[in-house]
Amino acid sequence: MDIQALNETARKVRVSIIDAVYHAKVGHLGGPLSMTDFVTALYFNTLNIRPDEPCWPGRDRIVLSKGHSAIGLYAAMAHRGYFPLEELRTFDAINSRLQGHPEMTRLPGVDFSTGSLGQGISAAFGMALGARLQDLSFHTWAIVGDGECQEGQVWECAMAAARYELPNFTVIVDHNKLQQFGWLKGVADGKRLVHPPEFEGELVAKWTAFGWRVLEMDGHDMESILRAFDAALNPGGDQRPTVIIAHTVKGKGVSYMENDYRWHSLPITDELFEIAMRDLGEEVAP
Amino acid sequence: MTYTLTPGKALREVFGRVVTELADSDPRIVVVDGDVGSSSKGDMFEKAHPERYLQMGIAEQNMLSAAAGLATTGLIPYISTFTAFAVVRPLDQIRVSIAQTGANVKITPAYAGLFTGSTGMSHIILDDLSLMRTLPGMVVIAPADDMEAEAALRWSRDYDGPVYIRLIRDATDRLFPAPSFALGPVIPIREGKDVTIFSTSTQTPRTYAATQLLAERGIDAKLVHVPTIKPVDPDGIANAAAATGRAITVEEGTIHAGLGGVVAEVLGELHPTKLSRIGFQDIYPESGTNAALLDKYGLDAEGVARQVERLL
Repeated sequence: MDIQALNETARKVRVSIIDAVYHAKVGHLGGPLSMTDFVTALYFNTLNIRPDEPCWPGRDRIVLSKGHSAIGLYAAMAHRGYFPLEELRTFDAINSRLQGHPEMTRLPGVDFSTGSLGQGISAAFGMALGARLQDLSFHTWAIVGDGECQEGQVWECAMAAARYELPNFTVIVDHNKLQQFGWLKGVADGKRLVHPPEFEGELVAKWTAFGWRVLEMDGHDMESILRAFDAALNPGGDQRPTVIIAHTVKGKGVSYMENDYRWHSLPITDELFEIAMRDLGEEVAP
Repeated sequence: MTYTLTPGKALREVFGRVVTELADSDPRIVVVDGDVGSSSKGDMFEKAHPERYLQMGIAEQNMLSAAAGLATTGLIPYISTFTAFAVVRPLDQIRVSIAQTGANVKITPAYAGLFTGSTGMSHIILDDLSLMRTLPGMVVIAPADDMEAEAALRWSRDYDGPVYIRLIRDATDRLFPAPSFALGPVIPIREGKDVTIFSTSTQTPRTYAATQLLAERGIDAKLVHVPTIKPVDPDGIANAAAATGRAITVEEGTIHAGLGGVVAEVLGELHPTKLSRIGFQDIYPESGTNAALLDKYGLDAEGVARQVERLL
């Protein structure tokens, strides 16, 4: 799939995310939208997968450690053919396979159940390590939030994984630079500090110090994304696990959501739904 | 049958030996260690199968989730650490990464109960059975001795799903003459007419010794060993209690939601019977030698016998 087609697919995935959350009346938005471009690139360009055989043993593994962005994963999976697009409107509903956080026991193609932050990256590490021990050739990807990097377990995993030779393991940090609520900086002015890593370059410095091969990409530029993925998959003899810091915008694609921490999760009104659809270049049915 | 207590091996040593033996012929088996291999006897495995000994460092939350990931690739991870740091510290990792996914991970830490080498209450874990049995999908096994532990460990390899096996640091008495384990059923150890005593884990041999003291003192106690805390054997428990009409549980653990909780729940629903629970009563323990701890908390043979006498 060429860059133009990937961008168009990502646009459709965003439309599906907004549509599903609008119909569910509840759900996370900012995080799913910030990761949409690189998740689309994974599913439509990079992953070695068989949507009609979701549990194919040779498939690349992908673990959404920031499980609250589940709808972003589901929308990409649906467009890729794992299940019908109409099923996206069951998101979060009773008896749905599309749980509020990804659940592997209900939805084939979800490689690990997540939701409790910090755990998915460790499970993905276990998959990559298991593959190395058994000479299995699949690559394992984990998507971690920058806010999630406040979980100690992320760094437990970073330390442990760096002890092993894991060129088959890539972690993408969705660095959208906003978290749900943050710190009250000054009690008097009521301003909030909602940036997960407080200092410029903090994530690069930390992952480097933990012994990882660190790449950066513009998480909304397909060429940058594909370049980073290509570098991740071709480490040239470097045995370290790879982390890609994806510079992204929370709420990307919807004018009023971009860079507004409150859109971590808020219900969409009819009026805002129409604005979002127009922002995404979609005709809104009357 | 009549049982005779003999000196047994420490259950942690059984772990090291049996999991190593299993791995000799089963390449799926790996041990995942939290930097206590020389204590848990995981080092026996490391010596035989160094490439399958996965050191995770002192980071138990990552260790438990990573084990679940390893299991998705077809491996069978056995966890090596202290019980306190295997079932309490990473409880959410067990809940979300292991129990909710049905991961084929065997949680086999070595230091349950009082025998932790004079460490004090941070390391003494008395609510492992209570916590593990509340997790849907978890199998919870509490072997009485080295024989039953060996059979349970071998059984766990062939069961596809999460299993917790309660293992002990120091040597305890052997009750069973040969390795034997079946998931579920309670095991009658001694027949008696005055009271039915339920016991579990390595408390069972000590409770058996207590029933012999009680016999000398005119109390004819029926003893039932409960090796499987989950899935529970409700009919076995109810029938055993019905046989005497009076029930007592004895455990080296908290009575809250542990064996005492299991038996209370079963009898309350199936066969209401007067029940007393011997064990830890909502307190934290302390450092001390094994003998001193058993004496202080009334869990050696004499202590159990005295408590039973007082209750009847």
